[in-house]
Amino acid sequence: MRAIEINQVSKKYKDTLALDHVQFKFEHGKIYGLLGRNGAGKSTLLNIISNRIFASEGTILIDGQDSKDNELVHELIFCMSEADLYPNLKVRELMNWTEQFYDCFDKQKAIVLCKHFGLDQNKKINALSTGYKSIFKLIVALSLQVPYVIFDEPVLGLDANHREMFYKLLLEDFEKSQRTIIIATHLIEEVAGVIEDVVIIDQGKILLQDSVENLMSKGYSISGLQGDVDMYCQDKNVIGFDELGNMKIAYVLGELDERQLNERLHPSSINLQKLFVKLTESGGTF
Amino acid sequence: MKIDTASEIPIFIQIAEQLEDSIFTGIFQEETKIPSTNEISMIFNINPHTVLKGMNVLVDEDILYKKRGLGMFVKEGAVENIRVKRKNKFYDQYIATLINEANKLKMSKEQIIQLIERGYSNESH
Repeated sequence: MRAIEINQVSKKYKDTLALDHVQFKFEHGKIYGLLGRNGAGKSTLLNIISNRIFASEGTILIDGQDSKDNELVHELIFCMSEADLYPNLKVRELMNWTEQFYDCFDKQKAIVLCKHFGLDQNKKINALSTGYKSIFKLIVALSLQVPYVIFDEPVLGLDANHREMFYKLLLEDFEKSQRTIIIATHLIEEVAGVIEDVVIIDQGKILLQDSVENLMSKGYSISGLQGDVDMYCQDKNVIGFDELGNMKIAYVLGELDERQLNERLHPSSINLQKLFVKLTESGGTF
Repeated sequence: MKIDTASEIPIFIQIAEQLEDSIFTGIFQEETKIPSTNEISMIFNINPHTVLKGMNVLVDEDILYKKRGLGMFVKEGAVENIRVKRKNKFYDQYIATLINEANKLKMSKEQIIQLIERGYSNESH
């Protein structure tokens, strides 16, 4: 099957369990958002998927092939790394090397994108600003014609114009190639329109995987006087609260319970970012 | 058109509403082609699958139809369909909320009717 299948993957670092029996899959032809707080295990998971580190337990199958120590997988998946490898090489030189290493690197496209972003190919990597370092990595990722491409914090240090430009290029690429794109990010509002499905990882476990629309239709908030809200919430799956004096706002997952509403209780919808914050704040289960 | 990704309203619904409004106001005429999912996706930085989902809402409501290989077109009678749909919603959207608010303010039925009449007479001046 065309997917990245993650089967019971765990990763231990000495005493800490960074990933705990993670089980899910990224299907082919979708744009995913991989969300999680700092230290939730996102980068560990992405590093295992892209074969940079090995899992302590479990397997990763990419289009049915075991990814571990498998050369073939390198033509299937690319993960934009956070580390700056080869800082003393010029942009142009590093692109030439990339072409040597990957059969699927479209150098012409990369050159066009450099011009598009105003990236000087004669500069050394370590002489680039934070934003342009990210841009260089984005250009490489966008120019590799692999079926699975992973962006780890893709817009780090990019100004608003360059971020817009990146999302446009990403969607243009997606429209043409229909590949799988995975974006790991903290900028939820910015990617809310770009991603179709969301995977939330928390404390080394998968908290939930769903389409953005399903997730949003499942969550709502209810506000009113503390006593009224507490009464309403008794038998509900509450993922968090906010309090403002006597007013209480509860964030709830599930169907709105019309029978328990009264004119003093105000239900409203919540956006993706709020849902994420509340879900990962409480460490609650979905 | 404007899409707000931080909004609580699902994006496919926003797409459907904005397209519907553009059809109703005559920006997209009946029996003409509307922009492709591709074009809309790129302008607003929205996933093309989401754009398509929004268009399909309007297909189900007999406002758009798909011409094989050509794209989405505004259906004949779409403007009338939208008018009927909005008229049906008028009570819930405006009258029910109006009465609800009036009750909270302890305003009488007569006062509300007076205000509506004032609104109409202002408009005719």
